[in-house]
Amino acid sequence: MTISRRNLLKKTLVGTAVAALPALPLGAIKFLSPAEAKAAVSESKTRYAFLVDTNKCVGCGFCVKACKKENDVPYDSPVTRTWVERYLITKDGKSHIDSPKGARDGFTSQLQENQHETVDPKEIDKAFFVPKLCNQCESPACVQVCPVGATYQTNDGVVLIDRTWCIGCGYCIMACPYGVRYFHPKYKVADKCTFCYHRLAKGLKTACVDACSFGARQVCDLKNPEDPATKIILTERVAVLKDEYGTKPHVFYLGLDRNVR
Amino acid sequence: MKNHVLRPIMVAIAAVALLLTARSIYVPDDFGVHGKNFTFGFYRESNVDEWKAMPAKYKGKQYCAECHDEQYDSITASKHKIIQCENCHGPALNHPDEPEALTIDRSRGLCLRCHADLPYPNTLRAELPGIDPVEHNAGSECSECHNPHKPSLEDM
Ligand code: HEC
Ligand code: HEC
Ligand code: HEC
Ligand code: HEC
Repeated sequence: MTISRRNLLKKTLVGTAVAALPALPLGAIKFLSPAEAKAAVSESKTRYAFLVDTNKCVGCGFCVKACKKENDVPYDSPVTRTWVERYLITKDGKSHIDSPKGARDGFTSQLQENQHETVDPKEIDKAFFVPKLCNQCESPACVQVCPVGATYQTNDGVVLIDRTWCIGCGYCIMACPYGVRYFHPKYKVADKCTFCYHRLAKGLKTACVDACSFGARQVCDLKNPEDPATKIILTERVAVLKDEYGTKPHVFYLGLDRNVR
Repeated sequence: MKNHVLRPIMVAIAAVALLLTARSIYVPDDFGVHGKNFTFGFYRESNVDEWKAMPAKYKGKQYCAECHDEQYDSITASKHKIIQCENCHGPALNHPDEPEALTIDRSRGLCLRCHADLPYPNTLRAELPGIDPVEHNAGSECSECHNPHKPSLEDM
């Protein structure tokens, strides 16, 4: 038997269609009822956000300690979900920045410029501490780059990582403009601040907020106008870090200096 | 039809079927678009509950008050009332069941977090009573002289 070109094409087409058949019951096509579709689009009632008042921070580092212990971040590894930076702006206009061990043990000595020099306190124009953590962006760059759908944004705005699904490729660590992600030495996956999602779910504050004696850190629900920190964010002059990246960060700062990067 | 045409087609069909079966077994049912869109909300839904279910380790000051009322009353009447017990003693976890006792950190470093003198203008840090760690009774633990739950200098 010879096979004509027409016949070959026809048979191939039929074969492919038959091969594709098993895909149908596997949920390749999904119809949503109007109610379901609406639920998927309508907004959640919660949007978690964070407020950092840099005027109040004394650099004790208890927030970093509490975060590491609460979230199983290896205590002595050079990785952390939150950290505190010390900024010294000297009279010559230079800024000197440090964060020894992410301020896990606080700041107990003068800023060490190099092995022999410390910044002369008389030369300091201004000095302040800046706590940093995940910004839980509205358009998170880290989520966009994940090749396997292991990191995602929950309906209340928090970006989480699925530890069973993460392949540890590290794209998200490179993509975050704020450098808040790191590779977890124990679980061998990407890890980052979750706003203590497990604590928020239980009606508690985050570990760092509870640890702060001076009220420098507050967590809030942006959609609840009665929330004290939400009131501040909505009515006072707050700033965010690296606005120009367009990721719409949701950690707001009071008293942020232009030297902060 | 000739075998040499039919066989590769069969192999192709088998391969596709195998792939799809493997995928349906391996990919959890709740994996899909759950958030606002595919870009940010493509994930395994039950993972959210897994995060929520993690236990909280820090319990807060009020919890300690139940049993350690002596320390609690003392510190709430002092200038250290703003400090959480667990900042100095570590997370409660399931204390007093597990661990039976929390750690007592008597290191100078613990107090120096706040009390090492850093004379920075216009900061709250400069307003805390500061000492020079090298000058101020170096070598001795702070708690030998100061009571951490009642730091007042008057009744030392
Ligand atoms: C249900 C009662 C209970 C609660 C609540 C409790 N403790 Fe305890 N705690 C104990 C008991 C019992 C011991 C062991 C008795 C002992 O060794 O003196 C202990 C021991 C300790 C010790 C060691 C004391 C020592 O002398 O070695 C510290 C520190 C401590 N607790 C701190 C805390 C803190 C901080 C909290 C709050 C987060 C807390 N405890 C909550 C019952 C409690
Ligand atoms: C500023 C840090 C700090 C804070 C805050 C703090 N403690 Fe302590 N605590 C210590 C130190 C240091 C000791 C060891 C005292 C000593 O050696 O005499 C201690 C000792 C203890 C002990 C052992 C018994 C004793 O009195 O020596 C208990 C129990 C205790 N603390 C409970 C608490 C509780 C409950 C709170 C919160 C209400 C609290 N502590 C807050 C630093 C702190
Ligand atoms: C979280 C920061 C913090 C830590 C840690 C801390 N303190 Fe304090 N301490 C304070 C504050 C705040 C005050 C009150 C300052 C004021 O209002 O004048 C204070 C006051 C004091 C005073 C002066 C009390 C007075 O009457 O003037 C002493 C002494 C003192 N602390 C000792 C200690 C010792 C010892 C430790 C370690 C066990 C310690 N502190 C740990 C924040 C801290
Ligand atoms: C040998 C006892 C002794 C030890 C150890 C000691 N202190 Fe003191 N401390 C004193 C005395 C006495 C005073 C009050 C007189 C003074 O100002 O020097 C004082 C004062 C202070 C003050 C108040 C200073 C002010 O200007 O109001 C602070 C804060 C303080 N100490 C913190 C500490 C810390 C933190 C440590 C541990 C790193 C420590 N002390 C270790 C005896 C001690």
